[in-house]
Amino acid sequence: MIGTFKGGVHPFEGKDLSKNKPVTELKPGNELVYPLSQHIGAPAKPVVAVGDTVKRGQLIAESGGFVSANIFSSVSGKVKSITPRRVATGDMVQSIVIENDGQYDEVDFVIVDDVTSLSKEEIIEKVKYAGVVGMGGAGFPTHVKLSPKDPDKIEYIIANCAECEPYLTSDYRQMIDDPESLIEGMKIVLRLFDNAKGVLGIEDNKPDAIKKLTELTASEPNITVMSLRTKYPQGGERQLIKAVTGREINSRMLPADAGCIVDNVATLVAIYNAVKYGKPIINRIFTVSGDAVSDPKNFYVCTGMNVADILAAAGGCTAEPEKYISGGPMMGFAMFDINVPVTKTGSSILAFKEDQVVRHPATACINCGRCVEVCPEQLVPSRLAKFSEHNDMETFEKWYGVECIECGSCSFVCPAKKHLAQSIKTMKRSVMVARRTAAAKK
Amino acid sequence: MDNKIKVSSSPHVRVGSSTSTTMLIVCIALLPAGIFGVYNFGVRALLHIIIAVAVCVASEFIFDKITKRPVTINDFSAVVTGFLLAMNVPVSLPLWETALGGAVAIIVVKMLFGGLGQNFMNPALGARCFLVTAFAADMTNFNCDAYSGATPLQLIRAGESVNPMAMLVGRTAGTIGETSVICILIGAIIMILFGIIDLSIPASYIITFVIFMFLFSGHGTDSTYMVSQLCGGGLMLGAFFMATDYVTSPITPLGKIIFGICCGLLTGLFRCFGANAEGVSFAIILSNLLVPIIEKYTIPRHFGYVKPEKEAKK
Repeated sequence: MIGTFKGGVHPFEGKDLSKNKPVTELKPGNELVYPLSQHIGAPAKPVVAVGDTVKRGQLIAESGGFVSANIFSSVSGKVKSITPRRVATGDMVQSIVIENDGQYDEVDFVIVDDVTSLSKEEIIEKVKYAGVVGMGGAGFPTHVKLSPKDPDKIEYIIANCAECEPYLTSDYRQMIDDPESLIEGMKIVLRLFDNAKGVLGIEDNKPDAIKKLTELTASEPNITVMSLRTKYPQGGERQLIKAVTGREINSRMLPADAGCIVDNVATLVAIYNAVKYGKPIINRIFTVSGDAVSDPKNFYVCTGMNVADILAAAGGCTAEPEKYISGGPMMGFAMFDINVPVTKTGSSILAFKEDQVVRHPATACINCGRCVEVCPEQLVPSRLAKFSEHNDMETFEKWYGVECIECGSCSFVCPAKKHLAQSIKTMKRSVMVARRTAAAKK
Repeated sequence: MDNKIKVSSSPHVRVGSSTSTTMLIVCIALLPAGIFGVYNFGVRALLHIIIAVAVCVASEFIFDKITKRPVTINDFSAVVTGFLLAMNVPVSLPLWETALGGAVAIIVVKMLFGGLGQNFMNPALGARCFLVTAFAADMTNFNCDAYSGATPLQLIRAGESVNPMAMLVGRTAGTIGETSVICILIGAIIMILFGIIDLSIPASYIITFVIFMFLFSGHGTDSTYMVSQLCGGGLMLGAFFMATDYVTSPITPLGKIIFGICCGLLTGLFRCFGANAEGVSFAIILSNLLVPIIEKYTIPRHFGYVKPEKEAKK
């Protein structure tokens, strides 16, 4: 059976550029930058001072609240400064800057021989300490996700192996090169939930990954592999839950309300590394791709590394790119400065010779309804965008604007090239602010 | 170097098709019926098509220039309007009346309301209704070189027999583009295959019409009568090419079906009880006027919708 959802689009995949090349390990440069906010929630608080010597794997900033995460140094060296630095979204974020001494002295990680000997609390504590967050882009602290109100009601642990964003292949490489860690990560999460079974949801444009994982999980009665129709945004949390379980959740619900916990490939691997090897998130697989890149491929990088350096390691660009994107082309951020650090959630840099957005000026909406057909949330994007342009918050909410998952399918498909997702996102932010203000007044 | 980098909100990719490709496909879909019209009614039909298209495009161009707006004729929507208008006039109509219709369609029905995407009434049908009202005799005169006398619908109304096979092929009197059901269906299939239209409006329109005629025409069980009603007049052209006009039909999925039902009911009503044998154009433009209210009550339920009271209980 192939799981899917209603709506969605088929953008050019572009995965062939980088998917078949082995992952190259890349040594960091002299300076590493660790933003204190690389997760959803409160920023982390520095526990080192300028001038301190740190080891690779040492805690440098601790969780700043319930929803927050620890941050670790990926090199050994000296804390150079704690100062605002530019990140991929374009914001300036307070960051710890460490000068690499090139020694890579590591702290002693606590390796657990038999993870089945750990209690549930110990597992969650290890995940929490390692600073594991959703590495697909959202950056939600994983220990919070793994501690739902009623763990017995969790029926599905879904591994998000869809990787539906075009061009990105880091999860694919992980599934091909080291599927064992992914499965071990899944098994650890399953230990937390007595009534849950594990499902690895993979888009059917990765038949080799499906085959490999099916073979490896054949002896695991509690883990199954499920093919998903290749369609963007199949990896959207709500769409994935729908495809795997047939259940639907809305913006006021959590996956746990549908009995699900969803983690992506890199996150499950990070959980495994955290629990088994006591290793925090200091590395990740990073895709460098796009039609302007000389040698598109995946790198095994350290957090804190400079993205421009990684692009240079891929041979730089063949032509002056017109657009740089952090993340995928559907939901990623356009960057005006690529001298930004790799964070836990940053999966890629894409460089394109031509920007399609400026080449297609927006014209009048002809009410064709294609945005309605593709909207995975079954909204009416063209109307929502109009209400946004008219600053009509009331009608925007009446047409369920806040349900938008910002996947961008509407803008992608619009024949009038209107920036529908942009308008909707803007109004959605305003609604959220208004709701928070109203809640605060009460 | 830095000023060459483009920054914009996501998504950063777009489909290749645009408004103009959409309109071009509609034009291509109209070609079978148009070519058949020329074959059926002679070169004068071609003149109507050329004049209507030229006047529509020119009207939009001049209007844009006079009002100092960006010229929008390259979206080909005026071409579609002109083409559709020509399909909706009898071949014997004086050419200047077709030209006037084109100007009314673009300037009055479309541009004065804000141009493409803003008009609340199908421009070609608005102009047709204008012509029917202003030049009633010319617009209902279907005598020409090829045919003399009445259209099949007028014959049925007079109680005379018609040949459904000829109506299917289109070898009958009528307006330039409405006679050949086969050619119209070929065009409809082209639009469906390219994803320009779906069947929700045409199907609900035609099914409602059939049910209405079955119940109220008094000839419900007569299959020849029913086939003739379906193939006669502007029903097929209207259902596939006019009622499906994006701008003047609802955008909500349920709204489309309700809109089709409205069109079907009104067409049946006008054909059974009206003064004319034909009722499609007025049925569609009246339904166009209902679109805002239909949309208001058919806002689609979002993914994961939970009934408010159920959620409150939680």
